Amino acid sequence: MSALVPLLVLLPLLGAAGALVLGAYRRAQVLVSTLTLTAVTVLSAILLVHVDRHGPVVVDVGGWDAPFGIVLVADRLAMIMVLIAALMLLGVLLFAAGQGIADGDRETPVSIFHPTYLVLAAGLFVAFIAGDLFNLYVGFEMLLSASYVLLTLAGTGARIRAGVTYIIVSLTSSIIFLASIAFIYAATGTVTMALIAERVRDLPADVQLILCISLLVAFCIKAAVFPMSFWLPDSYPTAPAPVTAVFAGLLTKVGVYAIIRTDTVMFTDVNIDIPLMVIALLTLIIGILGALAQADIKRLLSFTLVSHIGYMIFGIAIGSQAALAATIFYIVHHIIVQTTLFLATGLVERVGGTTSINRVGGILKASPFVSVLFFLGAMNLGGIPPFSGFLGKFALFDAGVTLGSPLSYLLIAAGAATSLLTLYALARVWNMVFWRPRGDVEGYSSPLLDSLKENPDDSGGTVRTKSVPRLMLAATTGMVVLTVCLTVFAGPLFNLASRTAADFDSPTTYVDAVFPEASP
Amino acid sequence: MTASATLIVLMAVLYAVGITVMLERSLTRVLIGFMLVGNATNLLILLVSGPSGTAPIVTGTSADEAMADPVPQVLMLTAIVINFGITAFVLALIYRSWWLAQLGDQGDVVPDQHTGETEATTEAPFDAVDLDDAALQKILADSDEHPYEPGRGLEENR
Repeated sequence: MSALVPLLVLLPLLGAAGALVLGAYRRAQVLVSTLTLTAVTVLSAILLVHVDRHGPVVVDVGGWDAPFGIVLVADRLAMIMVLIAALMLLGVLLFAAGQGIADGDRETPVSIFHPTYLVLAAGLFVAFIAGDLFNLYVGFEMLLSASYVLLTLAGTGARIRAGVTYIIVSLTSSIIFLASIAFIYAATGTVTMALIAERVRDLPADVQLILCISLLVAFCIKAAVFPMSFWLPDSYPTAPAPVTAVFAGLLTKVGVYAIIRTDTVMFTDVNIDIPLMVIALLTLIIGILGALAQADIKRLLSFTLVSHIGYMIFGIAIGSQAALAATIFYIVHHIIVQTTLFLATGLVERVGGTTSINRVGGILKASPFVSVLFFLGAMNLGGIPPFSGFLGKFALFDAGVTLGSPLSYLLIAAGAATSLLTLYALARVWNMVFWRPRGDVEGYSSPLLDSLKENPDDSGGTVRTKSVPRLMLAATTGMVVLTVCLTVFAGPLFNLASRTAADFDSPTTYVDAVFPEASP
Repeated sequence: MTASATLIVLMAVLYAVGITVMLERSLTRVLIGFMLVGNATNLLILLVSGPSGTAPIVTGTSADEAMADPVPQVLMLTAIVINFGITAFVLALIYRSWWLAQLGDQGDVVPDQHTGETEATTEAPFDAVDLDDAALQKILADSDEHPYEPGRGLEENR
């Protein structure tokens, strides 16, 4: 089994090389990328089942043992993330392939798209299975470098402007991360997470606190946690629809994943639950208030993305086993639903010609199927029972009530309010974009639309509408089916999340896996 | 742990200068700031490796007191390579952004100067940057738009 773990990273990198060589043959490129990601999906599913039954798989790369060599650790959490990421990447790849075949213009996937996309995938997988902090940094850099290219694809003015903000913010967070690694090495003499976990406990409490906070600052920028979230709504929506979908679904969650590792594996003794809860509260409220003011659906979704990160931070802050299980379930739900909604919005843009709710209408009549896809995703994100969004939030609030501190009740109230406001924003989109007849759009006035802000990059008017290719529709449908499966199979999935959270109940599970014989 | 005071002072100065320069509006300065901060961080990693010593591992014997800690050096090398790659990308981004700033909204519309060319029609495979600039100036001269104000646009965007 241990031979399979490095393949998760090797396959996408080899695929990227293959896709680069095949740059002139678009269909061959699509085939290579699709096969690669399918293989990774199957591999990660096998590994998840194995890890769930037999415990974590640890690979010493190059045959050097843990503190000296690089270790790859595939535990339940890592494998869940890899599997979901691989599924999302595959779905979005098919969507992008459909779009590229239909348009073939310079706004949409060019020959560099496939290799970069696979490098992004490899970076994501490295970050998830990294057993040492520096490898996590390398994973982050791989996926960030790829994301710079994807975000500025085709180099139009708007994308370069958005890209500059995104790149400078990411560079800053990378430097902070690297400096934190240097601090941690200075304090503990290692970068292996399992060994850091052991040695950090012997440090003075204030040193532990500083190390933990410097790491968390770097990760919070990547996860777009308030007040470090300002960059996200300005940069994500300008990218091509498939790229935005992948970024929204996965990139911020890598940050959240790293925060979970920091808080539950490495710095178990540091108590920063209350500051984390305050940050979660602000992220929830300020993010959703931003979403309410947006006329552009993509920007609206970007703000809800920021807002919902607050739920995950809340779960991490509570820190109980039930809360962690709920957080993991919520992360899975949010990755899938957010990606799906961005894809559905991409379809709406093709049918309606724009994503501004001021200027589009009648989609329900023009394309009922696209409307159903968007509706299912929107209701799921809004947390309507019985969808998984409701289940995740319910489990989270339940854990919050068990904790029972005044702050956690405040957060539950804020979480419920955020959920309702998300529903309000999405219901408004539904009313305007889908229900409102196309003929009414001119001169339509409603108090609902009074205070909306357009996308600053939007020049107004509608672009020519485009046909919706079958492959794009099929990819989005597949993703929506996946979100429904999340609800139908919520029971087994939640049990898996609970077992994953139990791994972190005592930090030794992770440490023992990396150092089988050295544990005291 | 002992460390060289010179390196610590140098690191502090690099951080201070780098962060100050990063806060400028011009992209090129931001990049220079990033490079300075990146190097300051590399120095920080070097500093945490403790006192200087003999070359590690080369002797083939087990670790001894005089040996320098090899791990931070490896981390530093990796970080240098990553910074190098990112710097190259940001330079390309700056060039593109300068190109777009020169042409205003036309930047998206003006085709690549090699569009329609085939290998048979081009003698030189690559053009010098001067030719790019000359082409830009020609397009600007032909159009009645003047996207940059005298004394502002060009220098500031560089």
